[in-house]
Amino acid sequence: MIVRISGEDQYRLADEQRAGLNELDNAVVAACEGGDEAAFAQAFAALLDYVRSNGERVADDELAGSDLILPPPDLSLAEAGSEFTGEGLIPD
Amino acid sequence: MAGLTGRMSTVVKAKVSKLLDRAEDPAETLDYSYQKQVEQLQNVKKGIADVVTAKKRLQMQEKTLQQSVVKLDTQARQALSSGNEELARTALERKNVAQTELQGLDTQVTELQDQQQKLTDSEQKLRAKIEAFRTKKEVIKAQYSAAEAQVRISEAATGVGEQMADVGLAMQRAVDKTENMKARASAVSELEEAGTFDDITQLGSGEDDIDRQLKQLSSQPAVDDELAKMKSELGQGESGETPQIASGGAGGQSAQPGESGQA
Repeated sequence: MIVRISGEDQYRLADEQRAGLNELDNAVVAACEGGDEAAFAQAFAALLDYVRSNGERVADDELAGSDLILPPPDLSLAEAGSEFTGEGLIPD
Repeated sequence: MAGLTGRMSTVVKAKVSKLLDRAEDPAETLDYSYQKQVEQLQNVKKGIADVVTAKKRLQMQEKTLQQSVVKLDTQARQALSSGNEELARTALERKNVAQTELQGLDTQVTELQDQQQKLTDSEQKLRAKIEAFRTKKEVIKAQYSAAEAQVRISEAATGVGEQMADVGLAMQRAVDKTENMKARASAVSELEEAGTFDDITQLGSGEDDIDRQLKQLSSQPAVDDELAKMKSELGQGESGETPQIASGGAGGQSAQPGESGQA
């Protein structure tokens, strides 16, 4: 499974790690809904760290699509909120 | 996967597939994709140049403000030694505003530097992917039948397409930040144009509009403290009753609280 952290790199993770990712992702969503900036930042950082520490970086010249894409590390709570509701972060 | 990750993935995939759906002929898809990629790379370069320009503008303003701070400080001292406390206060108020603006600029220059670095990294990654794609597209054209090629193309194009979407996002964020900086730079320019940081010896007698605005902008306690400090440095003790400038007459001074000099 390939996971991309936007603005950073792609990482190759074992399929078994999906459950761990899912759990951390749910924590981010919960923190986002709670509207707590600090809790959100912490949960989101934990999700990114999980990918970085468990994954193997994909080479820059390797052409592979990602199975999952994570927003950029400096995502704010407000941006995360609009990611769920609006157009999302990616421009056309 | 729902959640933030899933949402982001869905959005990116939709954009990438929109990018791929444009041509039916594999060879055409390849060339079209490649052309788009090169265009995007040009956009990134332009984006970096914009950030650099914005940064340079802020750095120039920083320099001007630093000079103003030094100049106003000197003038405040001169005014105070010649017993003109009112003028010294005006100079310090202006210095205070200039210093506050300087701090703001400093933060923003750092922020822009950060954006520039991110974009440069993105550009390098995209360049590497595009180069890989260019090689691969020739191999695909030469070696595979149309049906087989479709699968390979889709893989390769998705890889680059995603990187392009990613760079697009980095650019978008850089542009947003740069716009904010531009607003800040304009605000400082307006203060400059209004003569906020001008040589105070050029001031006419009495208080003008700028001074009234400055009193609101600058933090009075900070100015008071600095004035007191400057006085003691110049050997004019706190209780030293510095001679008040006879401000009666010329252009109505607004009375400071606790000041009873005005008739």
